[in-house]
Amino acid sequence: MKTLLSRREFLKTTLAGAGLTIAATMTPFGPRLLSAQEVKKGFFNPSVWIQIRPDNIVTIVVNKSEMGQGVLTSLPMISADELEADWKQVRFEEAPGGQRYIDPNWGMQLTGGSTSVRHMFEPLRKASAAAREMLRVAASQTWGVPVNECDASKNTVRHTKSNKSLTYGQLCETASQLPVPQNPPLKDESQFKLIGTSVPRLDVPDKVSGKAIFGIDSFAPDMLYASIARPPALGAKVLSYDKDAAEKIPGVQKVASIDDGIAVCATAPDLAWKGRDALKAKWGKGSHPELNNETLEKTFLDHLKKEGAIALNRGNAENALTRAAKKIEATYILPYLAHVTMEPMNCTAHVSENRCDIWVPTQNQSGALEVAQKLTGLKPEQIHIHTTYLGGGFGRRGFVDYVGEALQISKAAGKPVKLIWTREEDIQSDFYRPGYSCRMEGGIDDKGRMTAWSHKIVVQSIFENFAPQMVKNGIDPAAVDGIEDMDYEIPNLHVEYVKLELPIRVGFWRSVGNTQNAFVKETFVDELAFAAQKDPLEFRLNHLKNPSARRVLQVAAEKAGWAKPLRKGASRGIAYHFSFGTQVAQVADISVDKKDGTIRVDRVVCAVSCGTMVNPNIIVAQMRGAIIMGLSAAMKERIDFANGGVQTANFYDYNELRMNEAPEVEVHLVKSKDKIGGIGEPGLPPIAPAVANALFKAAGVRLRTLPMLPETVLKAMKKVS
Amino acid sequence: MISLEINGKKYQVDVDSDVPLLWVIREHLRLTGTKFGCGVGMCGSCTVHIDGKAQRSCITQVGSVQGKKIRTIEGLPEDHPVKKAWIAEQVPQCGYCQPGQIMQAAALLTENPNPTDKQIVEAMSGNLCRCGTYPYIKKAIRRAAKEGKKV
Repeated sequence: MKTLLSRREFLKTTLAGAGLTIAATMTPFGPRLLSAQEVKKGFFNPSVWIQIRPDNIVTIVVNKSEMGQGVLTSLPMISADELEADWKQVRFEEAPGGQRYIDPNWGMQLTGGSTSVRHMFEPLRKASAAAREMLRVAASQTWGVPVNECDASKNTVRHTKSNKSLTYGQLCETASQLPVPQNPPLKDESQFKLIGTSVPRLDVPDKVSGKAIFGIDSFAPDMLYASIARPPALGAKVLSYDKDAAEKIPGVQKVASIDDGIAVCATAPDLAWKGRDALKAKWGKGSHPELNNETLEKTFLDHLKKEGAIALNRGNAENALTRAAKKIEATYILPYLAHVTMEPMNCTAHVSENRCDIWVPTQNQSGALEVAQKLTGLKPEQIHIHTTYLGGGFGRRGFVDYVGEALQISKAAGKPVKLIWTREEDIQSDFYRPGYSCRMEGGIDDKGRMTAWSHKIVVQSIFENFAPQMVKNGIDPAAVDGIEDMDYEIPNLHVEYVKLELPIRVGFWRSVGNTQNAFVKETFVDELAFAAQKDPLEFRLNHLKNPSARRVLQVAAEKAGWAKPLRKGASRGIAYHFSFGTQVAQVADISVDKKDGTIRVDRVVCAVSCGTMVNPNIIVAQMRGAIIMGLSAAMKERIDFANGGVQTANFYDYNELRMNEAPEVEVHLVKSKDKIGGIGEPGLPPIAPAVANALFKAAGVRLRTLPMLPETVLKAMKKVS
Repeated sequence: MISLEINGKKYQVDVDSDVPLLWVIREHLRLTGTKFGCGVGMCGSCTVHIDGKAQRSCITQVGSVQGKKIRTIEGLPEDHPVKKAWIAEQVPQCGYCQPGQIMQAAALLTENPNPTDKQIVEAMSGNLCRCGTYPYIKKAIRRAAKEGKKV
């Protein structure tokens, strides 16, 4: 097993026996804790590593990718708290890719679904508690005193009676000889010292100095730069290209045909681009030459007439709708969106005969490993995945298409290559947030209660390609997320899914199906509230039993001054959504320019309830960031299609929210005893409907599409007046 | 041969004069703090100082900056009020756009040590951040302006 474990110097020293190392592997009965000796035997796939070295440094190996959400700080905090470590002595180490660092719940090394803290909380605490107990036992044996007289705190074990003390560094060798306790006592939440505090992020200094190494900052000796000429239309095949012309460009060393296009390798990135342009590649019309914005809209609307798979059928919505005192119908159609991480997709790869190295900003090391095995024929232990910082992820980097490309190009060139996508490639070869349409019918009784809700969703399936086992009875869980499990009490609920087949690649976009579903759900609830002549806050509360759901709505409303009058020309909207185990409510204050249709969002107030809070400042930052990203999507973003391909190309036609349009965002953390919830994504879904609901108050219009561009708003206002 | 002065150091680089400065800084000289974001000067990730002014290095030809003083994120002192404020306010999330944001902010404060909120927004709206750290950036610039005055 030596080769497997020699991936990094750190791990070499770990297993050479210096200090105390604890790993954990997930079993059906919970985490099983392992010593370095047991790991060496190789029977387990541990996913937590804690190492205490004789120099008194505690290293926490983080098996999750840092993409801005703060895992390199929050996961070590969890561990350090339980270990009673001195935070100043704690270091993090990004785990390499491999079976030993899988997510205990998923069996894969993957970062996503706002799960990092949720999945790692228990195993990290157990492993850290075991290490703490072993250090205490080591001290008690050294001093010949009962273990219950030995207190662990700040990297030191103290014998209270004699005032003797030894540091973790001094004790780690002795402790490493002891058996690993399988059920070490965990601290009570009231004893947490680090968890619940806003310690500064460990990655911030390097990100401010410019020293942080992202994927694009990777270098390998004798490396070439690669660029790819890609088909402009979906499924288009290459008809011709001028290989000689490309090879004549000084610095161009290789032209190779790969699955996704024609790759050009050169000694500098600009030369690779020049070579790619010199190819003057000509392409066929593609598989769907007729596909454009108009045909897509028609497709989405036509599919609403089809019968779908039933995701949920509670009560009898059809009957209840006919009996309703008031009935409302609405049809929505929402655009495709790109992720546009600030760091474009890139990968540096070196494939040689017996070894493959991949430097990549990825959310999915397991996926990268799989594609590398497939393309190189090498064994997993010969493939070395080095995870760098991710310049944004948002779900895009859960896909490993660009890893496969870099590997193919390196193989063809026989050298290490750094593949850097242009922004145009990044926008035009995304796994988009899928376009979406839905038809909703809602009924209220004469007391103003929702009695029935029928919801048909048309969207491409994300999971059928990414993880087909997740699709059950024809239902893609992402398609109906946030609708079939909505926590409004509605006795008759019908949710139906019509799977749309299109050649457009779709994927996970921060908060996934919740983005579209929260928008249509929360604007429709608002519409029903107005039909019932109820206040939108009161109406929601009337249908919610969950105390945390009620609490976030109440807190957001109270802090926003829901009941108080607004300044002239301003209006206010509210929305609530539960996703990834976390309740979030938001109130948006906006003003609308009635002449040109421009919406200005002045202020957003957010309340969030996620159970145990590891680092409150990080939670606030995630809420603020998600609100601004969600607002950007709601107000500005859409992918345009033309001539069978993606037309949108760069920031001149993919507009994003900039500082001049970013509102002040106030975040309130609501305490609860709920199970720990996710934080990276749930802040995003409520903002679009909160703004749309405020727009209704301001101008009397319900937008059935996004983004809320001034011309769209103006058109809708003209229609109602 | 192109002669450059970056962060007070002289470099000779064997590239054509029309190569974007960004690639020379990053890939030839390996000062990788300066980032590639769009290649068309619309995101600000590649922002550096040229003779003290914030410029987009992705649309600046390397030949045009010979004889000028170039400064990258690596050349901004660690105790610069903007860098200190960025840490104090915990601005970065993914961090990729932040070197560009910091260079933009530092140039703003050199020109206008006491900017109004409106002036901050005007100066910073060319720099995109997908993580949505704008409220933090604004606060950090206000803090840096205050700290700068004390110096």
